[in-house]
Amino acid sequence: MDIEKVEKVVKKKRTKFPEKLIYEIAEAAERHELNDKELDELVKEIKKANQRAGVENGEAVGTVAAQSVGEPGTQMTMRTFHYAGVAELNVTLGLPRLIEIVDARKKISTPTMGIYFDEEYSADEEFVRKIANRIGKIILNDILKDFNVNYANMNLSIEIDEDKVNDKRLEYDEIIAKIEKAFKKVEIDKNLLSFEPTISDPKHAIRELRLLADKVRDLQISGVKNIGKVVIRKEGAEWAIHTEGSNLGAVLKMEGVDKTRTSTNDIHEVEKVLGVEAARNAIIHEAQSTMEEQGLTVDVRHIMLVADMMTADGKVKSIGRHGISGEKASVLARASFEETGKHLLRASIRGEIDHLTGIIENIIIGQPIPLGTGSVGVIMKEKK
Amino acid sequence: MSLKGILKKISQINFGLMSPENIRKMSVTKIVTPDTYDEDGYPIEAGLMDPRLGVIDPGLRCRSCGSKGGDCQGHFGHINLARPVIHVGFADTIHKVLRSTCKDCGRVLLTEAEMVDYKEKIENHLKNEESITAIIKEVYTVARRDKCPHCAEEQEDVKIDKPVSIVEGNYKLTASEVRERLETIPEDEYIFVGINREIAKPEWMVLTVLPVPPVTVRPSITLETGERSEDDLTHKLVDILRINQRLKENMEAGAPQLIVEDLWELLQYHVTTYFDNEASGVPPARHRSGRPLKTLAQRLKGKEGRFRSNLSGKRVNFSARTVISPDPNISINEVGVPEMIATEVTVPVFVTEWNIDDMKKFIMNGPKVHPGANYVIRPDERKIRVYDETKETVIEKLEPGFIVERHLMDGDVVLFNRQPSLHRMSMMAHEVKVLPYKTFRLNLCVCPPYNADFDGDEMNMHVFQTEESRAEAKSLMRVQEHILSPRFGGPIIGGIHDHISGAYLLTREGSIFSEEDVFQMVKRARMPLPKATGKDWTGKQVFSLLLPKDLNMVYKAEICRKCDECLKQECKNDAYVVIENGQIKTGAMDEKAYGAFSGKILDSIVKEYGTDKAREFLDSSTKLAIAGIMKRGFTTSTADEEIPREAKDRIEQLLANAEARVEQLIEAYHNEELEALPGRSLRETLEMKIMQVLGEARDKSGEIAESYFGMENHAVIMALTGARGSMLNLTQIAACVGQQSVRGGRIERGYSKRTLPHFQVGELGAKASGFVHSSYKKGLDPLEFFFHAMGGREGLVDTAIRTAQSGYMQRRLVNALQDLNVQPDGTVRDNRGVIIQTQYGEDGIDPAKSDYGKVADIDRMIDEMRIKSKAGK
Repeated sequence: MDIEKVEKVVKKKRTKFPEKLIYEIAEAAERHELNDKELDELVKEIKKANQRAGVENGEAVGTVAAQSVGEPGTQMTMRTFHYAGVAELNVTLGLPRLIEIVDARKKISTPTMGIYFDEEYSADEEFVRKIANRIGKIILNDILKDFNVNYANMNLSIEIDEDKVNDKRLEYDEIIAKIEKAFKKVEIDKNLLSFEPTISDPKHAIRELRLLADKVRDLQISGVKNIGKVVIRKEGAEWAIHTEGSNLGAVLKMEGVDKTRTSTNDIHEVEKVLGVEAARNAIIHEAQSTMEEQGLTVDVRHIMLVADMMTADGKVKSIGRHGISGEKASVLARASFEETGKHLLRASIRGEIDHLTGIIENIIIGQPIPLGTGSVGVIMKEKK
Repeated sequence: MSLKGILKKISQINFGLMSPENIRKMSVTKIVTPDTYDEDGYPIEAGLMDPRLGVIDPGLRCRSCGSKGGDCQGHFGHINLARPVIHVGFADTIHKVLRSTCKDCGRVLLTEAEMVDYKEKIENHLKNEESITAIIKEVYTVARRDKCPHCAEEQEDVKIDKPVSIVEGNYKLTASEVRERLETIPEDEYIFVGINREIAKPEWMVLTVLPVPPVTVRPSITLETGERSEDDLTHKLVDILRINQRLKENMEAGAPQLIVEDLWELLQYHVTTYFDNEASGVPPARHRSGRPLKTLAQRLKGKEGRFRSNLSGKRVNFSARTVISPDPNISINEVGVPEMIATEVTVPVFVTEWNIDDMKKFIMNGPKVHPGANYVIRPDERKIRVYDETKETVIEKLEPGFIVERHLMDGDVVLFNRQPSLHRMSMMAHEVKVLPYKTFRLNLCVCPPYNADFDGDEMNMHVFQTEESRAEAKSLMRVQEHILSPRFGGPIIGGIHDHISGAYLLTREGSIFSEEDVFQMVKRARMPLPKATGKDWTGKQVFSLLLPKDLNMVYKAEICRKCDECLKQECKNDAYVVIENGQIKTGAMDEKAYGAFSGKILDSIVKEYGTDKAREFLDSSTKLAIAGIMKRGFTTSTADEEIPREAKDRIEQLLANAEARVEQLIEAYHNEELEALPGRSLRETLEMKIMQVLGEARDKSGEIAESYFGMENHAVIMALTGARGSMLNLTQIAACVGQQSVRGGRIERGYSKRTLPHFQVGELGAKASGFVHSSYKKGLDPLEFFFHAMGGREGLVDTAIRTAQSGYMQRRLVNALQDLNVQPDGTVRDNRGVIIQTQYGEDGIDPAKSDYGKVADIDRMIDEMRIKSKAGK
């Protein structure tokens, strides 16, 4: 059944449903072959259910969300590494990953990307391999046939393996250009290259030569910054790339990459490249998949609230003293969380005023808290 | 006298810095003598225990305010410091302020343009009640100039030498010089360094006079020996006074500069440790015994500090704690309270004409006999204890308007809690049932939300003291209101262990009972007796008695083996549950029926028929299941894991093959014939392959063992119905324990290149890396036992660390989110009014009232609608 029809019925009933619900109704209607009258009835019932299941005013949704996300933490594993989907890549999972997400760490322990391609390329293995080699880090050492440190002539000779170059879908000229740019004293004879070290002090000549040898071997000849290993995998009918390390900005600019599905697990990178809204979705997605992987069910709404709180200011803030809790308006709330002395002293010279609108402040001074039944009062009109 | 009945609301708290004048004005006396009591034990005038600072003894009256001890909150004194000292807490701020101001003209080192700019920024932030810390930090860096933009004076670098020394260039500024510098800063520029001109002056951060807290803040305690032991703060103040006195004398006597400076430094040290005895760069002041003193900052800070320990959480009266034990006969809504506790904690009852006779009966029973009373409160708020000797006179005086504190009785609502209180279901309201013996009794169905077991767990109980709280708890916190967890919208309270095996045994295919047996079970479950039919009953029919008559549902039970092709109603395992009009047609009841976390029938009863029905269902169904299991008897032993000889041989063969395969892999590895997986080293590839081979071997051996286990095996019943244990547990007992792991891999640690000296250096075989070939039943050999202990140890360490980490994460989460609530307009806002979500969860649905996160089960809704319309026609 088409969605518009459902929308019309919903509108007729003077109510508003979220898009997803309308979609679900349409789907169910199709499955059960509902007639118009039945659809009408169904929408009426759902409207009732919607009202019954609504949140009540003053509900302490924050605390419930925090508990719902925190409580399963005790049931999670500590095991940091796990083979997730791709056996070749390690990804942090379980409690450490969840803590990482809530902390909004700048440097996460295992950044990784899933790169997907536009329809026209997704089945093209050759194309994907080419891209993978452009993304993955390749150093000179990976394409050498022979490597020789000659102490007699005080030079270094290498031979590039053309098979390996072709296998990795690299351009020979580009490699040479890169080498020439990086090393000044180099002689090139087809695929035989020889390097000479710049020797400033003859006493350290041998050391210089060895340093040069390492430098030559480690010269990065291909790859995107911050990305290490890549793994190519066939997922269903299409080819996808999974990486160790992440650089969303650079990868999205590449040709053929599907910008809607390619993703990273680094929330700050998502924020930088795609903005806070995307970062919020990334937090939700990452937190939920971490939970699901552990076999724990947590309603999205709780995770959404955590993510919304973290991104409410237009930038990703961490949960804790350096983020949300450290920027609270109330002195007492901050002092009772962490760094008590610092906050009290600072409040004194700033002449801060605590308006006692929060929960913890009211608990401290022994007043009812402004939540749930404490958020409402009763006013009685005096009869004249 | 008392503040009871006076409703006052604190609307705000202002923080500020005290000026020396303020400190003197507030003080009731100057303190000069570094002593507390004289030889006769009387406090010395102008000493640290000066009677004007307040009294603690209830008998004495305060010399300053005239109130009795206990009512007098104490009064401050002061010490005039001979020389100014820097307040440690502000040392950092002072350093930054001096660095950002001109050494000559005292103005902040910002250009006029910058000043205008920052001023606007700061004022804006203040208006919006946002933190200005970030801006101030920026000012501190910008205003670090070499030359003053105002008077062109060259600036020297100001450094801080922790904790309190300010060094300019190479010259160490004295506290007096620092103070003079701070005085030169113009008032309207305070704002740039984060000081509010209305409240504070920068020079006040350097102390010239020290407030002395009242004795109530630092009470001395008398030991049994009659010796007086002073509080840590008093000790510190004695030190300060002593040095202050010496410094003053030396200065007056015109002692050499060196000596004065040394004493000054010492005074600074004592004042520093008085404020914060953990300041970096200072050795902590110690008690004679060597224990570091607990001074002002330590009193406030951290978990045991004033804030977290005494202000955010408080000790309460009318509470009890004891060991818990199970009682399957009480309702989930109830809690069994030992009589001993019931006679101790009380409920205040307002005496009226209608209940005065009952109240008299309670008082007549006295404080020792159970439904008695402990206290009577007269309208003038005098509290009278009821004794057996005095109860008659109390009764005579009793009249409406009095309050009687009667014993806890059946039906009273109390709060019941088990730590750690990780979610709201950790604190629920129960109805009291006074029972003999000394433990709290609870229904087994509420174990999952509390995460309780009975291996010595203790729980707390709190008794409500007002009608409002009781009413609120009864409607919001009752156990039956929390059957559904707000975490995922499914049941968290439900049958466990024997409830599940019992229900399975009762309802599985082929379980038939004589009518006599059925009636016995039904009676035992305290259900209404059904009509006699004169025929034998199936277990399904018996269980159906509990279901609502219009319940229809279809689901796959826990025992479902997930066959490739589902035979539905014809399922051999009886795992396809069909309920039509409250009658179980096919399928057996197990965890999926009414177990905690996954009970489908329970779930739909709560959602469709309400919490009262759900409570009734749970109470009766668990009792029926227990009655059922008792008809038949249920036990388990290692005999359940016995497998025949041929099975053992097959497993042995299988494991031998796997170990041989591992040897082959190792050989291939040594001969470099092994092909590395992409992106892995050869060694890693080998490890992965070995793990895979051994893992498969364990699973296969398990499968062999499983094939000999039938549904008559009690251990198997428990594992498959979800009551307790898993098939993995069973196969480990019967067939093979499998690979032990440390840090997610095979065991590698121990000696160099080998795990134990029993192996060759560099040995990589299955056994050498912790593969346990034996079964638990057969017993582990010493090497296997050791590896098993290694894996086990890791598990224990893991659990300990995880609890700490997740506890802290939860504290942070709660702290960050606790102020959020749903506003009448549907938005979610924090306490400043900032909108966090425009509609809660994007659809305004409460997960606790939802169907696993959805508004409703649309398919079910349609089915029901059609049934209804059919009936209508």
